[in-house]
Amino acid sequence: MASTTASAAEAPQREAAPRAKGTLYRGDLGMWSWVAHRITGVLTFFFLFVHVLDTALVRVSPEAYDTVIETYKHPFMILFELGLLAAVLFHAFNGIRVMLVDFWANGPKYQKPMLWTVLALWVVLMIPAAISMLTRAITEMFGGA
Amino acid sequence: MTTTDTSLALDKPRSSGRPAARRSNFELYSWLFMRFSGVVLLFLVLGHLLIMLFLDGGVHRINFAFVAGRWSSPFWQFWDLTMLWLAGLHGGNGLRTVINDYSRKDTTRFWLKTLLYVSVLLTVGLGTFVLFTFDPNIG
Repeated sequence: MASTTASAAEAPQREAAPRAKGTLYRGDLGMWSWVAHRITGVLTFFFLFVHVLDTALVRVSPEAYDTVIETYKHPFMILFELGLLAAVLFHAFNGIRVMLVDFWANGPKYQKPMLWTVLALWVVLMIPAAISMLTRAITEMFGGA
Repeated sequence: MTTTDTSLALDKPRSSGRPAARRSNFELYSWLFMRFSGVVLLFLVLGHLLIMLFLDGGVHRINFAFVAGRWSSPFWQFWDLTMLWLAGLHGGNGLRTVINDYSRKDTTRFWLKTLLYVSVLLTVGLGTFVLFTFDPNIG
């Protein structure tokens, strides 16, 4: 035991050295914003694929296009449109944040307050959007009476 | 099973097993492209969503006649063409990164990326074709 002198003496010291606050990225908010950015991006990509195909029906015939676009007009689809809007809005605002982290000297320092700003902006826009779209869907479903 | 699962552990940056970095600057340019196309798409896509989902009754006023009216203007044709190309490439490149990150077998990666490139070519190509050959009197 006594033979391990220098290294053993240093080891506990190294272990005890606290991690500098804010340097741990994994499992932290920054990582979850990255995960959310990927998920919202992939979801939007799949929507885009379908959306280009349905819009391409204008080249087939007005009837074909109108028939398919009718499915988007079902009140239930409002939920999907709201989900799409939620994904795109988060992706857009968080994308600005990512750019600021990359290009602005103070970006990495303020990545967390910027994430809260992104989320606040997202909530502030989603609330009126949800109210407006859901009101329309509900009046359409039950307003006919 | 001859294909091997790649281990989740990464080599150290300077280990000899790792290919030399910077054989080309493609990844740098694709990274820059994501930032710049992102800024432009921000305006194009949010504008598009605002017009299509909220103004004058949202999706309910959209039909063939609506599209015909819109695409009679070169401004909206250019808007939609730019949005189609930027969104297709931005999304395609994003998914390419996701596939590169998560596929653990080379064959999986190859086929997923082939599928991705085919679908991007199909959507961007078809969309461009439709925009340039749209005929409002087709009916």
